[in-house]
Amino acid sequence: MSGIIAQNSGRHGGLIKASSGGGGVWNLIQTLTSDGSDASLSFTSGIDSTYDEYVFVFNNIHPETNDTQLTFQVNADGESGFNETITSNFFDAYHNESDANEALRYIASFDQAEGTGYQNLGVLGDDAGNDLCGDGYLHLFSPSSTTFVKHFISRFQSGENLYAKDQHCGGYINTTAAITEIDFKMSADEIQGGSISMYGIT
Amino acid sequence: MSGIISQNVGRTSGLVKAVAAGGGVWTLIKTLTASADSDLSFVDGTDDVVLDSTYPIYVFKFINIHPESVYVFTFQGSTDTGSSYGVEATTTFFKSQQTEAGASAGVSYDTSMDQEQSTAFIYSGRPLAADNDASISGTLTIFNPSSTTFVKHYMYSNQIMGTYCQNAFGAGYFNTTSAIDAFQFKMQTDNIDAGKIKLYGIGDS
Repeated sequence: MSGIIAQNSGRHGGLIKASSGGGGVWNLIQTLTSDGSDASLSFTSGIDSTYDEYVFVFNNIHPETNDTQLTFQVNADGESGFNETITSNFFDAYHNESDANEALRYIASFDQAEGTGYQNLGVLGDDAGNDLCGDGYLHLFSPSSTTFVKHFISRFQSGENLYAKDQHCGGYINTTAAITEIDFKMSADEIQGGSISMYGIT
Repeated sequence: MSGIISQNVGRTSGLVKAVAAGGGVWTLIKTLTASADSDLSFVDGTDDVVLDSTYPIYVFKFINIHPESVYVFTFQGSTDTGSSYGVEATTTFFKSQQTEAGASAGVSYDTSMDQEQSTAFIYSGRPLAADNDASISGTLTIFNPSSTTFVKHYMYSNQIMGTYCQNAFGAGYFNTTSAIDAFQFKMQTDNIDAGKIKLYGIGDS
């Protein structure tokens, strides 16, 4: 790196050196950090036609209760409540720390078929050592489209009951209304740590 | 948006306007280029490498890693800035693959590629071919390696030219609450003859 202006990630204004990689920039829109006792974490602004793809990155999500799932739902423009219709698929690869059990499997109880419930992204553990969490991402494509359904893809890695779990979900929100809000919460009890960052992909 | 310089996405040099929300861009930290190397290592604080709490997420990109011999491309972490590599890890592994002849197509879990509470180097996929045009390319993401509270999750997705055309998916955690401050990449045996590994940091503030 050379010159009088460095890469300067984190600057909120002024001029910075252009990325050596050119376009394809991840633009941070907002980060929500759990205060340790959150019923949910909601992004209620910033989802619009500015970007064709939004990525939500989960960093060290820690649940209040063992064996609960991180979930999400969305709200469409002009409507109320996080209750849009979703059809999805879900599979994971899991492996026990003692090598007692491992497999690739489809989990029918985690998918939805035109359901309006919160969509499971992955199960989380909370052990006695309190060192478990979950990390991953959710891609939401073209949420502002008023022509197409809204596709999403996620991958979520967590530790739960001495298992490593690589969890994958895909699906679509079956509406042609624009999606403007998204809500994340545990399937039961609170999010008690971690953060979720929302990026727009140029 | 205002000012004489706009956001200018796509510019590869010169000055651009900072994004309103601040960072969050992928910041290229370091590129290592292999040339008959026994290993490639990224150590925090060495040779301009940043691998600490500066970023919550780090991403390694593998660009056409070409082996000397037909072996597996592997990686491990360090909690002592590269003095030793061998953090206890539990990993899952599954792959989609077929041969160039159209045989053995399918998707399945592969117990020969995973590991449980092992300090061995972690497999990134099945062995690479050593043909001159063969390589592995892909991505390894590490979440919050500097945490002293949680285990360290990682996930990777690699495409390999070997006995199979294989799309390999692995994920797991380094089962430590110590900060991980270095990563090393090497072939199971013999050298990495060519290719690049690029380290990026992704900000969230």
